[in-house]
Amino acid sequence: MKRSANPAPTPAEGGRAVTTATEPVSSPARKRPRLSRRYLLRRLADVVVTLFGVAVSAFVLLRLLPGDEVTGRLGVEAGNLTPAQLESVRAYYGLDQPLPMQFLSWMGSVFQGNFGVSVTTGEPVSTLLANALPVTVELALLSTLIGVGLGVPLGVLAAAKSNGPGDAAAQTFSLLGLGIPNFVLASGIIAFLSAQFGYFPSAAEYVGITDSPLVNLQQQMYPALVLGFALAATVMRTTRSAFLEQSAQDFVRTARGKGLSNSRVRWRHVLHNASIPIVTITGIQLGYLLGGTIVVEQVFGLPGLGRLVLTGIQQREYAVVQSVVLVIAAMFVLVNLCVDLLYARIDPRVQLS
Amino acid sequence: MTAAVIEETPLPSGTSRRWVQRLWKNRNGKTGLVVLFVLVVAALAAAFGLLPYDPLEAHQKDALTGPSAEYLFGTDQFGRDVLSRLATGVLASLRIALLSVLMATLVGGLAGVAAGFFGGWVDRVAGRLADVVFAFPAILLALAIITALGRGWLITSVAIAVVYTPIFFRVARGPVLSVREADFVKAGRVLGYGSLRLLLKHVLPNVAAPIIIQIALALSWAILTESTLSFLGLGTQPPDPSLGLMVNEGRTLFTQAWWLLVMPSSAIVLAVVGLNLLGDGVRDVLDPRRRG
Repeated sequence: MKRSANPAPTPAEGGRAVTTATEPVSSPARKRPRLSRRYLLRRLADVVVTLFGVAVSAFVLLRLLPGDEVTGRLGVEAGNLTPAQLESVRAYYGLDQPLPMQFLSWMGSVFQGNFGVSVTTGEPVSTLLANALPVTVELALLSTLIGVGLGVPLGVLAAAKSNGPGDAAAQTFSLLGLGIPNFVLASGIIAFLSAQFGYFPSAAEYVGITDSPLVNLQQQMYPALVLGFALAATVMRTTRSAFLEQSAQDFVRTARGKGLSNSRVRWRHVLHNASIPIVTITGIQLGYLLGGTIVVEQVFGLPGLGRLVLTGIQQREYAVVQSVVLVIAAMFVLVNLCVDLLYARIDPRVQLS
Repeated sequence: MTAAVIEETPLPSGTSRRWVQRLWKNRNGKTGLVVLFVLVVAALAAAFGLLPYDPLEAHQKDALTGPSAEYLFGTDQFGRDVLSRLATGVLASLRIALLSVLMATLVGGLAGVAAGFFGGWVDRVAGRLADVVFAFPAILLALAIITALGRGWLITSVAIAVVYTPIFFRVARGPVLSVREADFVKAGRVLGYGSLRLLLKHVLPNVAAPIIIQIALALSWAILTESTLSFLGLGTQPPDPSLGLMVNEGRTLFTQAWWLLVMPSSAIVLAVVGLNLLGDGVRDVLDPRRRG
């Protein structure tokens, strides 16, 4: 769709056909940018609206909880505080304000980089986020690396020899990858490691990548394998079907006809054209990946965002949970925006406007 | 909108027996049906008290015995029968999965059909809401809902239903957009049919196939999500057995009693894979593009 560029309102389909006929993609006279500023602004506006919705729902959901973070922490029911003391603590945390005011003041301070204070530890939430974010980002990147690095070649090989024994093996792999829940695979790996090698992945203190890259990688490896396995299965499926679809196209026959080797046709030409669905599914799966980190970080004892939000939920830390939810949702929405923008780079025919 | 001719091709109605037969002939469908049958038998046995033991009854002297003729799948640390606990866990899982998928289909599917059919601001508001729900990772959203509303199988079902409602919304909305413009709908309008009649009798049957395919797949995800929640301690509460909780207990005792981890893990994988295959089979049977 490219409404902005056409002076006369032509039907979208017809308009595209005419433009491509008169204006070849390689023409140097082509001035229209593929990615219009208007498109980018509209998408960014969408992102802001979605994130605002997320912020409101995170805020409202947590306010449905019986009790608040002060009673949750200090146990007023047990009689630790007099009503007067309770009121003053509430006032200190701003919990005596009406809900819309609480929401506005929260949003206001978020924009100033102030995410509030953890009631349990007294630490600023921004510090907690700054500590947890790198752990989860590293885990997500490693998992994506494993998932794409395993899924794409497997999918290409499965499609190249479709209906052969390799294809059947790859199909079984993808079925198991989709069917084995994260927590089952994680529990299985931990049980195996501890029974066979006496190694307990969750026992040791987490070491940052800047402190000791080797120890850090060892700690991140198994959780990343768990998440990467599931991702690889989905990526493999998509790669296989996109690859089979593209293999039937004319440009493949042309490439072969001009004498290119099978592997060059396969890995360069077909894969390039099959990459849009692969990028799409990887982007979508990143949302699942971020959810999966909650489970996997818990099982492997990684101090990332997932673990932060889970303990936050258990301890009714509004400020912590709201902030993590906002950060995770922002990551998810931005990744999807990046995926859309990537299309235009992968496929010159895509017009974003 | 291109002037694609969409013919009125409702579901193969009135031929439900042939429908199941086609599913049975499909390799994926057959595997899925077998797994579903095993799960339903286990759940029914649990529901009607036909299990070898009471799932909550402790046999202290038989604690942590391996699989044997007496206890087919062994016993746990309190001497409770693992097979009976598994079957009860399957019953709990299936109940939550069915209820949550039913709610998600009704709310999401109907909202999607209505949004696609009427368009305008209804469509925009509903679409934006779906986007917001989509921006939460599924587990996080379910966790937040359960924390807010409390625990119990009804609330777990609601939490899972909320997560999957936007998926049904999108799956239902998409096809309606093209069916709405189809000649047979326009013909209906010309004949003076009301919106409701058009929607229910002409549009809905033509978009039912993708929704039904989605139901089969959603059942598999719902079981996965339910077991994940109970694994995290936020689903079914002990001492009631649930598959996820059994995995969590089993992993700490793995070196002494492997069956405590292996049995519930296999049951979950079997259920999720089986229902996934059922979904694939239903898609093969219902999707006209895949019909050979």
